[in-house]
Amino acid sequence: MKAKNSVRATSIGVGFATGLYGISFGALSVAAGLDIWQTQVLSLLMFSGGSQFAFVGVLATGGVSAVPSAVVSAWLLGIRNGFYAIRMAPVLSLRARAVPVASQLTIDESTAVSLAQEDLKRQREGFWTTGIAVFVFWNSLTLLGAFAGTALGKPETYGLDAAAVAAFIALVWPRLRSILESVTAIAALLVSAVSSVWLPVGLPVIVAGLVAVAIANVFHVGKKGDQK
Amino acid sequence: MSVWLGILIGSIAVYSWKLLGNLLPKRLLDNPRVASTANMLTIALMAALVGVQAFVTKSHIVFDARVPAALLASFLAYKKVPFLVIVASAAALAAVIRLF
Repeated sequence: MKAKNSVRATSIGVGFATGLYGISFGALSVAAGLDIWQTQVLSLLMFSGGSQFAFVGVLATGGVSAVPSAVVSAWLLGIRNGFYAIRMAPVLSLRARAVPVASQLTIDESTAVSLAQEDLKRQREGFWTTGIAVFVFWNSLTLLGAFAGTALGKPETYGLDAAAVAAFIALVWPRLRSILESVTAIAALLVSAVSSVWLPVGLPVIVAGLVAVAIANVFHVGKKGDQK
Repeated sequence: MSVWLGILIGSIAVYSWKLLGNLLPKRLLDNPRVASTANMLTIALMAALVGVQAFVTKSHIVFDARVPAALLASFLAYKKVPFLVIVASAAALAAVIRLF
């Protein structure tokens, strides 16, 4: 019983902490030019922080002409969730009709809390309670942030454009655990900024991403020193 | 493409990864090439978004209040300060710089 409660407490704590990011997402989204409805539907349907921040981030740089690039950026950033789904499938062993709902809840936090548990029963509970807690907090606090952002007015006055930059720095920083990862990040940053001078808005992010992946793969193969 | 259509297609596209993962075999995760490519792609896209949002305004490289804010955010991230504090501090610094 105690263990069960602790899974639930962890889930709600993680859900609330993650939901707080939703405030900044809501505010940044309206600052990027989306309305409150569009912002809220993104949180309900896309429901993946990295992808959502990317979507509004690309729109912030180029408006409506950047929509296709925003879609591709969000899509590519969502790939992580696919890996979580692969990892979670044997844990959850879902019936077919539960798959669509579980899929929507397959995100960083639900996977992390689930896999931190010791037995299968608690792993399953951790996935569902965390997924639902994050969904509820993320969406309600997105709405709060969107209203706050609308009330504030011109984003630059309050440094909301700098807040968007800071959000991505805070998201990417903990992921830089090796030299290769750090070099890849710096290369992507430089390629995207410099290529913005001549590439259409939105594309630099995608190009930088693909270039960095190519570099990473070359070094990965080189490091392993394999057959070819 | 309108913003609404983009939201819809983007949401379906993101959802498709989550759904697809249920159909793929677990041994795919054991392939280091696949795992590291996905990891690097995530890092590169986020870093690229830092690049365009910190240094670019209408197809020009611009150094303004966003740059010191980004440096402050990097320092705070390095110090493992909570997410919201990083974001709020960077916004406050940029806002204060623009007052002068």
